Amino acid sequence: MKRRYSLLVYALILYLFLYLPIMLVVIFSFNETNSQSSFEGFSFKWYEALFENERVLSAARNSLVVATLSAILATFLGTLLAFGMWRYHFRGKGILEAFLHIPLVLPEVVMGISFLLFFSLLGLRLSLLTVILSHVTFALPYAALVVRSQLEQYDTTLEDAARDLGASPLEVLGKVTLPILMPGIAAAVLLSVILSLDDVVISFFVSGVRGMTLPVKIFSMVRAGVKPDINALSTLMLIGTFLLALGAKKLFEHFESRRTLVK
Amino acid sequence: MRQSWFKYFLLMPGTLWLGLFVAFPTLLVFLTSFLSRNTYGRLLWEFQIDTYLRLFQWEEWIVILRSLKLSLEVTVVCLITGFPLAYYISRVKKSIQLFLLLLVVIPFLTSSLVRTYAWITLLQKEGLINRLLLSLGWIEEPLELLYNEAAVLLGMTYMFLPFMVLPLYAALEKLDTSLLDAARDLGAGAITVFLKIILPMSRQGILAGSLLVFVPSLGYFFIPDLLGGNRTLLMSNYIATRFSQARDWPFGATLSVLLILLTLALVYLFQKKNPKDNAHEKKV
Repeated sequence: MKRRYSLLVYALILYLFLYLPIMLVVIFSFNETNSQSSFEGFSFKWYEALFENERVLSAARNSLVVATLSAILATFLGTLLAFGMWRYHFRGKGILEAFLHIPLVLPEVVMGISFLLFFSLLGLRLSLLTVILSHVTFALPYAALVVRSQLEQYDTTLEDAARDLGASPLEVLGKVTLPILMPGIAAAVLLSVILSLDDVVISFFVSGVRGMTLPVKIFSMVRAGVKPDINALSTLMLIGTFLLALGAKKLFEHFESRRTLVK
Repeated sequence: MRQSWFKYFLLMPGTLWLGLFVAFPTLLVFLTSFLSRNTYGRLLWEFQIDTYLRLFQWEEWIVILRSLKLSLEVTVVCLITGFPLAYYISRVKKSIQLFLLLLVVIPFLTSSLVRTYAWITLLQKEGLINRLLLSLGWIEEPLELLYNEAAVLLGMTYMFLPFMVLPLYAALEKLDTSLLDAARDLGAGAITVFLKIILPMSRQGILAGSLLVFVPSLGYFFIPDLLGGNRTLLMSNYIATRFSQARDWPFGATLSVLLILLTLALVYLFQKKNPKDNAHEKKV
């Protein structure tokens, strides 16, 4: 019993270690002065400063565009690929499988420079486009693996039934397969969005000045020095992640309730 | 046979994408490592292997060794701090387990940059930790807690702890507690139980967690960059500066090749150690 309590205390300390730094960032974002160690009064002034900062706003817009487009494209490609690899056996499948896993194990800094080399060889100027192409690439394997895990519970007899009733392959895909895989596809989109919004390392190499995303902007701000407007920005990003997680929870509850209805 | 177009429709786009954006750029890294550059940093189509010979110079070696040492330290610290937590989570009621795991994962969902920034605000000279130590009278002058290897170690541990806790939990959760009871009944002490039962049976989790911490920690260049400053040169930020400031792409590519080979070797070793366990896990 005594051991239980010491473990409990240990767990509490570790959770404190995980959460306290983030909570302090949030608290000091409302500080009246620019101190990060003593709270001298409540104010929204760092948030106001943020909303007047045109560069931060444009980086935020960039990030939203990149996250949305790259998540949709990565999920589209990943879903098709996962489904194709699950359905068919073909020569070179092992190699394809290996290539699907490369982005998962490749150190991010190496992936970043490989994109940089690739784009400069093509003569493509760094912009939002190069950022989107890169984000699709690193999110694609995650999307494919998430959809694949959904496919493991997939019952092919439903497809056979649809085909026997005269549905074309595309109809089977659109009316049977995709609706059943929807929770996996939604999870893939969500994961891709989170990965995209979090990425600093790869974006750092491929964004240039014109495609600057929010994390890259924050990186350069932090490099220049600690200021409470970074706290404010961090807080807003935390709220954004929180809302995203909440939305995801609602979405999956919706899928779950629909599934039980079908049964 | 009628369906072969459908097969291509499914497989082609993703395969082409991976070929164009994964295989080709990775090959480009290998190719670039053998190219030369002119004084302005432009790549020239002239073959050289000097950048590889340069790897054997002591100044370069020390960066690589420091990198490996730090990643190893991060892995060990994550393992030691994460193990009791994972064990605790695996022993509480099932209904609480999920909640506790979620608490581990949530910080992981927040921006990694924000989490690094959080430590800068804490560790800086005007930060809370220095202020606390000053007001307690333990120190006279604010300490320089940032810009050293310890700060990088702390920041990386903070970043990668969830990667360690989750696989450890997955392994420990399957542990049959009756084994522990049996060992205790037979007179085994806490240490013997831990060394002879808990540790061997969580081997898979330890290996998986270590891989998940060690490999990415080699590539996260912004943590050493922000917390370590100029003094903590690691492979990751060394590569990054070869491409951003120094414009020495061939040498940056050479270091990247080394990093790729290192990573592949580790993943290969891990899979070789684990094939049977993996097959077993899929069945369960």
